[in-house]
Amino acid sequence: MLRVRLAAIALLLAGVGIGWFVVQSQEGQSRFAFRYGLDLAGGTHLVYQADTSKLAAADVDASMQSLRDVIERRVNIFGVSEPVVQTERGGITGGGEQRLIVELPGITNLSDAVKAIGSTPVLDFRLQEAVAGTSTVAYVPTGLTGAYLSHAALDFSSGRAGTLANQPIIDLQFNTEGAIRFKDITTQNTGKQLGIFLDGQLISSPVIQEAIPNGQATISGSFTPQEAADLVRNLNFGALPVPISLESSQSVGASLGAQALQESTVAGLWGFVFLSIFLILWYRLPGVIAVAALMIYVALSLAIFKLIPVTLTVAGLAGFILSIGMAVDANILIFERTKEELRAGKPLQEAIHEGFHRAWTSIRDSNLSSILTGVILYWLGGTAIIKGFALVFVIGVLVSMFTAVTLTRTFLISLGFGGSDSKLAHFLFGSGVSK
Amino acid sequence: MWIVKNRKIFYIFSGLVVLAAFASFAVWGLKFGIDFTGGSLLEVSYTQSAPSVADVTTALSSVGIPDASVRPTGQTGYILRTSFLTPDQYDAAKAALSMNGAAPFEEKEYTSIGPTIGTELKTRAVWAIALVLIVIALFIAFVFRRVSKPVSSWKYGLVVLLALAHDVVVPVGAFAILGHFFGAEVDTLFVTALLVILGFSVHDSIVVFDRVRENLKRNQEHNNAKEPFEDTVGKSVSQTIARSINTSLTVVIVLLVLFFIGPASAHYFVLTLLIGIIAGTYSSIFLGSPLLVTLEKR
Repeated sequence: MLRVRLAAIALLLAGVGIGWFVVQSQEGQSRFAFRYGLDLAGGTHLVYQADTSKLAAADVDASMQSLRDVIERRVNIFGVSEPVVQTERGGITGGGEQRLIVELPGITNLSDAVKAIGSTPVLDFRLQEAVAGTSTVAYVPTGLTGAYLSHAALDFSSGRAGTLANQPIIDLQFNTEGAIRFKDITTQNTGKQLGIFLDGQLISSPVIQEAIPNGQATISGSFTPQEAADLVRNLNFGALPVPISLESSQSVGASLGAQALQESTVAGLWGFVFLSIFLILWYRLPGVIAVAALMIYVALSLAIFKLIPVTLTVAGLAGFILSIGMAVDANILIFERTKEELRAGKPLQEAIHEGFHRAWTSIRDSNLSSILTGVILYWLGGTAIIKGFALVFVIGVLVSMFTAVTLTRTFLISLGFGGSDSKLAHFLFGSGVSK
Repeated sequence: MWIVKNRKIFYIFSGLVVLAAFASFAVWGLKFGIDFTGGSLLEVSYTQSAPSVADVTTALSSVGIPDASVRPTGQTGYILRTSFLTPDQYDAAKAALSMNGAAPFEEKEYTSIGPTIGTELKTRAVWAIALVLIVIALFIAFVFRRVSKPVSSWKYGLVVLLALAHDVVVPVGAFAILGHFFGAEVDTLFVTALLVILGFSVHDSIVVFDRVRENLKRNQEHNNAKEPFEDTVGKSVSQTIARSINTSLTVVIVLLVLFFIGPASAHYFVLTLLIGIIAGTYSSIFLGSPLLVTLEKR
């Protein structure tokens, strides 16, 4: 008995400690503060579709990674705290298309965000080949794209070799791998024309005079100085390896988000209060224990959300509040069974024991069905909001199995009504309003 | 026990409810949100005086967005729904809405879903519901695999499947009605709520079936094997009805609080859950167990 009592006290103290941690880590700039989704914190969520149709299958992953890096660099210029840039596959139901997800917390000006991200040009180099049997030419992609660019600079032509002087030109410097590819292309195709395409438009088609080993190239075309300067800037921010188009977007204003957060919190608190009133009125002493266990459930779940961390959204919070209502179901099954055993004449301690023992299969199977649903929801969910909800839901079910069964049992036994069969004990463990 | 004895009445009642749900669905259909249809949704709140709906519609038409639906919200706000807007069209729309600066507004929320994603979400939704139905029915059949007499464990799974189907049909029918009269939209959160309902409403069935299993075993042990199955089920229902109702009641309490004082964006989500969980509790108690008896008699 002493061991059980010590365990009960230890669990209570742990519960209080966890609750304290939950509250403390909301102050200041703790790294364990809650992570809020866009619909609570305000921000913008963008989904781009990447057109990988022109890439060889083996290059797709590398290109998507490169795309991700380029966009992240552009996003960081925005000065957003904790932006999220991720690649994603559309999955079987989405036709397997490649997607890029960009989340910008706190940025609510969708137009600015889209303009900055979307305007990186696509640069690629194609060889001119004669089409067999005709007198036309076609351009064949070489695989050398803007992804291999290390630097672009604005310069002015020197008027050498018959070209006009002081025309804006763009000096390109490829990175190590790009230089190797460029060297190969120029070595193997000397005498052919290399078309330089920007966003699918041919801007220049110089003849390859000789092999260029140092990875340097020059683009000259009829640019105005402003056009050339813009192009250089965009190229330097990162030429995109694949073209992207905006597939879906969502932006939520900060005021709407803050209001939703406040309403959710208040609803959660009142829900807890009404639930507790019901439990105590109907189940009396066990009801009080259930409420105590429920408080620890809330603290423990919130702590887990902080530690993983789970991004909370409006739906996620609703799911959590829902799970509070579901967490007590195990308690109800146990208490009702205990009452039955008491009515059948069993002594109190044995009735409690039987209550837990007999209710366990129902509790286990019910929670398993919830978990199965949660897993399917997470797997097929699709959007981040649904996945977040499913995660909150499953965590809630798992934690409730611990608090509603283990915690409650420890507390109940430690109260030590032992072999007592007094009228008081029966009252405290009875239920309903009339009895 | 009266529920089991009068099961025909409950079958007829449920049959009527399901029929009504199908009828509403057939007549009005569901009002799909942009999650499934694709499109753009913009919520604005004018800071000074708000232009009229007609002004807003005209302004939008003038920038090439003729088919916008404009719904007032709050005192000075509007929720606009249009087909999918490109970023340029979005900028043009915002300029038009501000009447070129004369009517400043605050943008509350903007969502724009392209057609590919819309179709994908619809496909996922259907798959998810079908999968959960099958998985749970199989799960129940598995859990009650040792209760072969007098009803095989497959029938337990079948009964649960029928009850769950009822639990899906009722909210869908309700939203056909709500969609027609109140503009309630069906989006991915609606589907999420349906799945939660399915996962939860099976709890009550598990509780009753568990008791049936225990009573059957007890009858075997105490040489009471002659008790008609109908009586065993009836006994099980009356023994567990209080806890079935209470477990659903606790969830309904928190949902009601969420519905009345919770965040507005979760409003219809919570309503779906409420309708579904009440329907689910009804189906587990008044349909599930009586169906077991009916199936045994076949």
